[in-house]
Amino acid sequence: MHRTKVKVAEDALDANTTIAEANRHDFDHAGVRVVNLMSAPGAGKTTLLEAAIPEVDARVGVLEGDVQGSMDADRIAHLHVPVVQLNTDAGFGGECHLDANMVRSALPGFELDDIDLLVIENVGNLVCPAEFRVGEDARAMICSVAEGEDKPLKYPLMFRACELVVVNKIDLLPHLEYDLEKLRHNLESVNPGAEVIECSARTGEGTRAFADWLSTVAAREAAAV
Amino acid sequence: MHELSLATGIVETVVKHAEGRRVTSVEMRIGTLRQVVPASLEFYFGICSRDTVCQGATLQQEIIQARVGCRSCGEEWELYEPDFRCRSCADTEVEVIAGTEFEVDSIEVTEESAIDQEEAGCIAPR
Repeated sequence: MHRTKVKVAEDALDANTTIAEANRHDFDHAGVRVVNLMSAPGAGKTTLLEAAIPEVDARVGVLEGDVQGSMDADRIAHLHVPVVQLNTDAGFGGECHLDANMVRSALPGFELDDIDLLVIENVGNLVCPAEFRVGEDARAMICSVAEGEDKPLKYPLMFRACELVVVNKIDLLPHLEYDLEKLRHNLESVNPGAEVIECSARTGEGTRAFADWLSTVAAREAAAV
Repeated sequence: MHELSLATGIVETVVKHAEGRRVTSVEMRIGTLRQVVPASLEFYFGICSRDTVCQGATLQQEIIQARVGCRSCGEEWELYEPDFRCRSCADTEVEVIAGTEFEVDSIEVTEESAIDQEEAGCIAPR
């Protein structure tokens, strides 16, 4: 049997990147900036959005990604902002991340002309979401103090993918043996340029800084596609 | 745990380039910064490639060691721990030179198309 070697030299996630670029083109065309918000499950993505969105100086829409259920979208809907729930459980056991194509499938649920900023709340997971661009302008993540200071060293792919790291649940610090200095040190070694916001979505401490950051992203110029 | 998603991407890419020909081997170039577990990727590749032209193909993984360089002092070194500060001057302006690759480098295909072989009933035993 004759065998032939074929040179490919192509990124194996190229198909996703192509769709992410198409999403980006549509967002830019509508003047919408997009934030991809990621974290481990239970770090407080939805609670932080509930606290911050009313303070954002832009018209915000939210795309909720979850394996199953619409609990998060129902909570965001109370803020009277456009929200679409995307469930990933159609696949094999439920996809653990959003990819560009899933985000694309949800876009008809939004009137993009009516929003300035789309926050995509990714599926809770510190690994896969970092691999899949969805057409976002900025990537941010939350790590809560309940997770341990060593997480940047264990998940460098995720921590390096983000320009902002929100340290949430600082109201719990008196109850934990958590060393914020150690976290800052670990972050500094994995992603030295990252911006850091410390907050408690529960008490509201520091959430204004996150709202301000979202406002800043909403005001950014579209990057050349 | 992200090897399933990654294996799906490999199969999609290979199927596109195989143009209907049966694939016997896939060569990947994978940077250490991608945190891929080779045995896990191979396992999921076997699952994802079922009923495609890649079924039964071997997956070869060339691991590319992460290499970084300091923009400030020019020091270059191989990175084995996730510490992206310059090991020489402690500056934070360190760029990744290699180690983020996740690329299908080449594939090996058989000239007869997989479909023709099936029709002719002459699929070589695997």
